[in-house]
Amino acid sequence: MSIPTNRRRFLAYLVAAPTLTVAAKIGTAEPALAAVPTPPAPADLLDLGDILILAGAPTANLLTLTVDEDGGATLHLPRAEVGQGITTATAMLVADELDLPLALVRVVLDDARPELLFNQLTGGSNTIRSVYRPVRTAAAAARARLVAAAAARWGVPATTLRTEDGAVLGQDHRATYAELTRDAARTDLGPTTVTPKSEHRIVGTPTSRVDARAMVTGRQRYTLDLDLPGHPTMVRRPPTINGTVRRVHNAEAVKAMPGVVDVVVVETGVAVLAETFGQAQQGKDALEVSWNPGTVDDEDDDTIRRKLRAAALPFVVPPLLTQYQDAEFDFAFVSHAPLESNTAIADVRADRAEIWAGLKSPIVAQQTIAAELGLPQHRVKVHVVQGGGSFGRRLFFDAALEAARISKAAGRPVKLLWSRIDDMRHGRTRAASHHKLRATFALGNVLTFEHRVASVETDFGHGLGEILTATAAELPVGGNLSFAQTVFLTTIKSPYHFGVTTQLLNEVPLRMHTGSWRSVYSANTRGAEEIFVDELARRLRRDPVAFRRAFLKTARQRAVLDKVAVEGQWGKALPAGFAQGVGFHEEYKSCTACLVEIDARDRAHPRVTRAVIAADYGLPVNPRGLEAQLLGGLTDAISTTLTAGLHIDRGLPLEGSYSQFHYARQADSPTDVRIFIMPPSGEPGGAGELGVPAAVGAIANAYARATGVKPRSFPINFPVDFEPFPR
Amino acid sequence: MPTYSFTVNGETVTVDAPADLPALWALRDKLGITGPKYGCGIDVCKACTSHIDGEAFNPCVTPVAEIAGREVTTIEGLADGDVLHPVQQAWLEQDVAQCGYCQPGQIMAAVALLRRTPDPTDAEIDAIENVCRCGTYFRVRQAIKRAAELMRS
Ligand code: FES
Ligand code: FES
Repeated sequence: MSIPTNRRRFLAYLVAAPTLTVAAKIGTAEPALAAVPTPPAPADLLDLGDILILAGAPTANLLTLTVDEDGGATLHLPRAEVGQGITTATAMLVADELDLPLALVRVVLDDARPELLFNQLTGGSNTIRSVYRPVRTAAAAARARLVAAAAARWGVPATTLRTEDGAVLGQDHRATYAELTRDAARTDLGPTTVTPKSEHRIVGTPTSRVDARAMVTGRQRYTLDLDLPGHPTMVRRPPTINGTVRRVHNAEAVKAMPGVVDVVVVETGVAVLAETFGQAQQGKDALEVSWNPGTVDDEDDDTIRRKLRAAALPFVVPPLLTQYQDAEFDFAFVSHAPLESNTAIADVRADRAEIWAGLKSPIVAQQTIAAELGLPQHRVKVHVVQGGGSFGRRLFFDAALEAARISKAAGRPVKLLWSRIDDMRHGRTRAASHHKLRATFALGNVLTFEHRVASVETDFGHGLGEILTATAAELPVGGNLSFAQTVFLTTIKSPYHFGVTTQLLNEVPLRMHTGSWRSVYSANTRGAEEIFVDELARRLRRDPVAFRRAFLKTARQRAVLDKVAVEGQWGKALPAGFAQGVGFHEEYKSCTACLVEIDARDRAHPRVTRAVIAADYGLPVNPRGLEAQLLGGLTDAISTTLTAGLHIDRGLPLEGSYSQFHYARQADSPTDVRIFIMPPSGEPGGAGELGVPAAVGAIANAYARATGVKPRSFPINFPVDFEPFPR
Repeated sequence: MPTYSFTVNGETVTVDAPADLPALWALRDKLGITGPKYGCGIDVCKACTSHIDGEAFNPCVTPVAEIAGREVTTIEGLADGDVLHPVQQAWLEQDVAQCGYCQPGQIMAAVALLRRTPDPTDAEIDAIENVCRCGTYFRVRQAIKRAAELMRS
């Protein structure tokens, strides 16, 4: 595919954005005190979320909010809800601004809307940050129109009216929004002034999810719960990643099995359509297929680790003259493993197609599927369905594309389900990484801090959610690697004044299915740094909390650290085999500290028994939802630090279910968790990803203090303690 | 094809299905009862947890022939009309769900636990193996304790 040059220039603009903005913002870096100051890193000045906001800016006002004739309001949100609570948070924004009870606000997820360009990507902890102003402005505009309509009806000045509880009130009048919404839509009302309120009634109060009741009664519908036509379909997949079908030996015999409707070959394997998923599964298991090799058949954990070690860029500062401290860390591949595995429904006809799936980048999905089917884009309708978890996984639309191909080949609508085994082995992963750190110090100050990250390439093939940048991410020159650098540079920064600080990424391209995993580079990169900070503190004979305190850059950062130290009784006496650990992280204009206690008497089965977390989100829209996100981040950190990873063996992960990929269960979770959301200090910062890195640091540090063993490779306990499923 | 009759959520139903079809697919694909979720299909994740004759079971590994003549309750049958079961009520109070996908199974497991053990200890709650990939475990634990209280009063 050839790319017109103006498209390239757009990517260049995005990549250049951090530099362009530096001049405007540089004055905001706080002066250093005793510590050796670290000049701001790009992410201090303009983070990935800012770029997504800027990229979305020209289209940000394309949000639709309607006031319906029942007096309720409907917000069409161009984002994906996958558990992170954005439908609740945006409903709160609307309810507040419109003076409407929360129960009367409906939030529906938009279909793919190509005119939104970059503004339909759910990632980078970006939703609330990017829609905070537009949603409030839209709701404020609606309120102003309703007031204007009432003023016209009653012949009084608008300034004498107010709104409350879904109605406009004047001295002698009252009219509900339901009564006013038609008048408010008239064009002859004249201009209205729109100012979002400065006082919040609902925003900032702990609020339960708007869909909680549907979820506890089984009425919440995920993709395969939708009552739509389509044959249950499963796919037999190759024995190694990206292998392809050479020959199917028994297609006719499988077609004759009870309940099997059709067998078709697609790029990714052999699909079996049946009357039930049980029969589709039996059919796919009965297939005899010879396969062509995949793209990483010769790779396993050892070969990949060697490549990563070789790829880590050298340090700049030689270990001469000054005292120094070094450390190296390895992190395994990790499955996203959302509990709802990869699913999609596709109904492809000769002249049109319709798709349903949990999609965080629906526009590029629509554009790619249209191109694949040879249909004009507007003939492909893509519906975004609420998803059963994502953690970055649903940025990729592979299930939707595969379902479309199968539906086209079979000439029928299909409901596609990936088996859990396939989801873990052929799904997306967080890329394995290797980390080298070096700090030099003198007279109690850290003079230099270097971090070299070598990672298997993270696939950003979804671009910013539409085909222009998605294609740019695939360009051989620049392409995914420079895209990855942009993401790294705009998310990774050190919160400490550690003198001259350099954090560099070098990626090893391997044709595997990687992808952003909650907090992208930060979980490993900042997690490793938090472990290293503890080791530096010990070297300098400082307490880990006091040491961090001395080098953190701002009072706001120190406040969350102090909060967990006080509430978690930092330094309290604990029996042998138990210890506390602490970690800190700042990202997307939010910051958090985490303090855990670990019981590591049995080193092979340590358990985090307690956690205290504090977080400052600038403006916490829904504290209860934010606490949920931090709890999720904590559980992710417990899992990936202690037990959960993927072993790669001859081109395929060995793990194929939760009995093998050891994501935490109830028995691995703390029985005491306390979370503190700090009072408002500005505008909303990022929420969904913040919790992981600080908790990774805290857990690893607690483990090190409890056992005296410095953890170097994650997950810490990672045996192949199972019989792998057949390939 | 053989037919099997059983009750689901108080209603008698009959399905045509091969004897070895997992009950999960009889419920979901034949009867349109989608509360029980697929998460693994091999009795590991427990997302499909439902009740048979009042006890927790995993329909993803229970052939439909085995449920013939028995009483199945799924998440859809737990509430009494609009009146939620105390466990569901506690789930709302603690705002447990994130993506919600594991929650039908978590709730059915909790109901079964509380039937056997009206006042479960932390260790007894630990024995619930249901995976929650969103990591809601602590809220699940608190909600079980709260439900125990609600059920006592
Ligand atoms: S789907 Fe039944 S236990 Fe996982
Ligand atoms: S709430 Fe998402 S898996 Fe439990």
